[in-house]
Amino acid sequence: MKYDAIVIGAGMSGLAAGIRMAMFGKKVCVLEKHTIAGGLNSYYQRRIKETKEIAQFDVGLHALTNFATKGERRKPLTKMLKQLRIGYDEFELCPQSYSLIDFPGKQLRFNNDFELLKNEVYEKFPSEIDSFNKLVEKINNYNELDLNATYISSREVLNSILHNSLLVEMLLAPLLIYGSAWEKDMDFNQFVIMFKSIYMEGFSRPKGGVRTIIDKLIARFKEEGGELKFRCGVEEILLKDNKAIGVRTTKGEELFAPRVFSSAGLPETMELAKKEVNAAVGKMTFMEAIALTERKPTKSEFDATIVFHNSLEQYHYEGAKDFFDSRSAVVCCPDNYEMDNRDGHGCFRVTFMANYEKFKALDRSAYLEKKEEAFEQAMGIVKKLAPQYEFRTVLKDIFTPTTVERYTWKKHGTVYGSPDKIRNGKTDVDGLYIIGTDQGFLGIVGAILSGISLGNLYGLMESE
Amino acid sequence: MSAEEVKKVVLDIIADVAPDEEVSDINPAESLRDQLDLDSMDFLDIVMELRKRHSVEVPSEDYPKLATLNSCVEYLTPKM
Ligand SMILES: Cc1cc2nc3c(=O)[nH]c(=O)nc-3n(C[C@H](O)[C@H](O)[C@H](O)COP(=O)(O)OP(=O)(O)OC[C@H]3O[C@@H](n4cnc5c(N)ncnc54)[C@H](O)[C@@H]3O)c2cc1C
Repeated sequence: MKYDAIVIGAGMSGLAAGIRMAMFGKKVCVLEKHTIAGGLNSYYQRRIKETKEIAQFDVGLHALTNFATKGERRKPLTKMLKQLRIGYDEFELCPQSYSLIDFPGKQLRFNNDFELLKNEVYEKFPSEIDSFNKLVEKINNYNELDLNATYISSREVLNSILHNSLLVEMLLAPLLIYGSAWEKDMDFNQFVIMFKSIYMEGFSRPKGGVRTIIDKLIARFKEEGGELKFRCGVEEILLKDNKAIGVRTTKGEELFAPRVFSSAGLPETMELAKKEVNAAVGKMTFMEAIALTERKPTKSEFDATIVFHNSLEQYHYEGAKDFFDSRSAVVCCPDNYEMDNRDGHGCFRVTFMANYEKFKALDRSAYLEKKEEAFEQAMGIVKKLAPQYEFRTVLKDIFTPTTVERYTWKKHGTVYGSPDKIRNGKTDVDGLYIIGTDQGFLGIVGAILSGISLGNLYGLMESE
Repeated sequence: MSAEEVKKVVLDIIADVAPDEEVSDINPAESLRDQLDLDSMDFLDIVMELRKRHSVEVPSEDYPKLATLNSCVEYLTPKM
């Protein structure tokens, strides 16, 4: 078969790139190894034993970042929807109540109105008011989307502007754990992207969870005539004179195209092309304990949407030394997105930084035991944050770095990809492009925008 | 195509590319970018739609000629 472009992976970036190219008459085929789409942000279901109900779970979704109201101008979310020709109302976004950065003795709240965070900083760190304003001004004037940018340490920039190290740690924590492929620190470009998308724009959740987004992307791709194949992994990227000419799939089929866009990750992709690459496998991976509870918490019991909890003054963002690192956790309560319906089960998702090698080495029963241990610790944190909320768990589910590896084929279950990003998407092979996580834009909105931009650049503009 | 028809073509495309914009209020002499929330990505879409729907090619050096509704009509009418 001959196509104009082949896309590896039906995650956020792959589907978005596919839609853009198909929209303008390109013959595009998206190949996905898994049985369903979504990649790192997919969905699954489990049966609740006692009631026999089927419960729907999202793999990842805590929050859709980059909240914008309908018609709000020059916002990444608005841009993304426009480029994909998806109406704002189709995602039925429910905004967060508020989120909390919870450190020993200090808390900062933020919501979808940046004024709240500003006021919290003014109130809790009064000596930092001017410096914080200076930081905000720097962020507002920064061109974080420069595709040729090189790595700048965020900690260095922050320490040169702010004086209080606790404030630096608190501001960094959510941004690191929601999108840094680097340990301990992050690229300042990425910091600015995340600062805007999390603190200035904020969180929402599509009604129905991530599936609402995935189903819409698939529908758009098919409407535009795109071809999507599941259970169809790419085994090798075919080259001729160092130029991509197509792929061979796990079904043994050879498909041809002058352009191949890959969302499989940089080291993973170069391995498929049988090329050496100097890209480290990312160390940052996570585990998550999910509890479905008998009932949702009331507002007075627990009303935050997401809590970034840290038990020390310093935030240790690094690959966990032990199986998981319970000194910090992200606790998400999806019920605390604005919703009318307070009936039905409640849900808590608790994320810990975790260690891939340690989990990989366990035998089945030790693995199950470890998961159990993480679950208990996670629920201990929920109880501490919501002491009034008495809950009974009706279903629990725990995933680990090996789960991530098994369903997404990311080396070491890495979630934010390689620390070596390729901002312009170009590899050493002509016609082979990296999209999504390892191009450097991540999260749901980031990955979708990555697919759109690179699909535009190499699939539509340069291909003329 | 008459100038009036070309104008309608352009407005239809803008309405599809930027569905949240009110195209009936556009001042034809004023820059489209200033009146509407259009960025370079959207201009790419307008150009791509012109090709898809009407087989008109707009080379990138001519993008400035699409600045206002009037200039669009003036530039595109001989081509359509
Ligand atoms: C637990 C967790 C929680 C998260 N929470 C959030 C959140 O709350 N908000 C947010 O914005 N982001 C969140 N993220 C991050 C977000 O999910 C990712 O950044 C984003 O989905 C990445 O998209 P992508 O297209 O780059 O890659 P992927 O989603 O990894 O897509 C790659 C696809 O390629 C497929 N593939 C791999 N190898 C092959 C092959 N050889 N052949 C064919 N197909 C192949 C994979 O199966 C996958 O479907 C979370 C991630 C995780 C894991």
